[in-house]
Amino acid sequence: MKYIDEFQDPELARRLLDEISSTVTRPWALMEVCGGQTHTIIRHGIDQLLPEQVELIHGPGCPVCVTPLEVIDKALAIASRPDVIFCSFGDMLRVPGTGRDLFRVRSEGGDVRVVYSPLDALKIARQNPDREVVFFGIGFETTAPPNAMTVHQARRLGIRNFSLLVSHVRVPPAIEAIMRSPDCRVQAFLAAGHVCSVMGVGEYPALAERFGVPIVVTGFEPLDILEGVRRTVAQLERGEHRVDNAYPRAVRPEGNPAALAMLEDVFEVTDRAWRGIGVIPASGWRLSARYRDYDAEHRFCVTGIDTCEPAQCRSGEVLQGLLKPHQCEAFGTTCTPRTPLGATMVSSEGACAAYYLYRRLDIDKSAALEASPVG
Amino acid sequence: MCLAVPGRVLEIEERDGTRMATVDFGGVVKEACLEYLPDLQVGEYAIVHVGFALQKLDEESARQTLELFAQLGMLQEEFGDPWEMAAEAGGLPLPGADETSQEARP
Repeated sequence: MKYIDEFQDPELARRLLDEISSTVTRPWALMEVCGGQTHTIIRHGIDQLLPEQVELIHGPGCPVCVTPLEVIDKALAIASRPDVIFCSFGDMLRVPGTGRDLFRVRSEGGDVRVVYSPLDALKIARQNPDREVVFFGIGFETTAPPNAMTVHQARRLGIRNFSLLVSHVRVPPAIEAIMRSPDCRVQAFLAAGHVCSVMGVGEYPALAERFGVPIVVTGFEPLDILEGVRRTVAQLERGEHRVDNAYPRAVRPEGNPAALAMLEDVFEVTDRAWRGIGVIPASGWRLSARYRDYDAEHRFCVTGIDTCEPAQCRSGEVLQGLLKPHQCEAFGTTCTPRTPLGATMVSSEGACAAYYLYRRLDIDKSAALEASPVG
Repeated sequence: MCLAVPGRVLEIEERDGTRMATVDFGGVVKEACLEYLPDLQVGEYAIVHVGFALQKLDEESARQTLELFAQLGMLQEEFGDPWEMAAEAGGLPLPGADETSQEARP
């Protein structure tokens, strides 16, 4: 079996694959929700190791990819202001806005800084009391609690020159939107392990019941993915649709109560636009009224921005599992990591980037080699 | 960004009323906030995401995951210089002197 020797425990991987093969009797389509899982799957060729009847569909779980263009453009506008220090995680640097990105803003003299933690941005605010420090708060349920804590700390410590540009998104409403789509082929979900580390599994039983889909909480390592697939296929073959935690070493059913309490305090649920997908009801968080002073959108005038999505980019279909990256005409030709049309090609968790990086090209090889950053 | 990395707590201290720790991620040492895992003790492991410990982890799982992440180059992706990585991916020159990332790095 190709690639299997690269597994941490090749013998266990083989046993899991054998069990999946002996269980499966007909075709099943499973969606892995998280972009980190997508990268593990492509990096290890797990989709190619699985029996043909088991198809893995890549889901919308890359926070960088689903951040709407309008929010990216707002970030670029704020980051260009001379009075602002704009702080972001590193994976937002090359996400294309309308015509440019944060990397370009920095090249043009904007004070864009990369931080490892939102608390680093708060530290920068304390060190620069005469500047406005804005942190780009994007991400799913795993990233929202750190950002919530940072705003909470800013208020507690009386730091006034700090604000958050918020674009947080939530997984369960996205699962619901995917299942409601008339084109949906998904029959089961591998749920994102670290999201569940925070949120627990409480939101999933209702979804599993309503849509008749197994939801298996799954980790990020190759063997985690295989175990998640094994449990999912077993349920599907038995006609079951339960929530199952295959990642108990990092996920307690109740999640992290302290983080949940902080989310409840700092954020409130709101409708949120997902890049390439559109508005999903109740699928995001914004700062609650008592923290409104820390909302960068309120602090800076960034309305009236004209956004322009590249017509060629089909990342919305990729994010909904309707299209594999290499099935997009622009993939690997006009859209490469050097010249990305959409965030799915630049994010470290983007499906297009994963296909490109791990040579799942299915395009003209010479053009691909010429365009590839990895030679 | 969704990647959470297991780390071992080396030291704990209160700072500005917040419980903070020094955490070892397979050789890379960084700070992490313990407010979401208030019971975490020196010597214990947790998965840490963007500088926040989110869930306790047993030692063996943590070691195995760290070893795997190191083999796959994922620790470099998580803790390397983001400006350099972005410049390399885009085939672009580094944008100016980068005193800021330095500031955020240990």
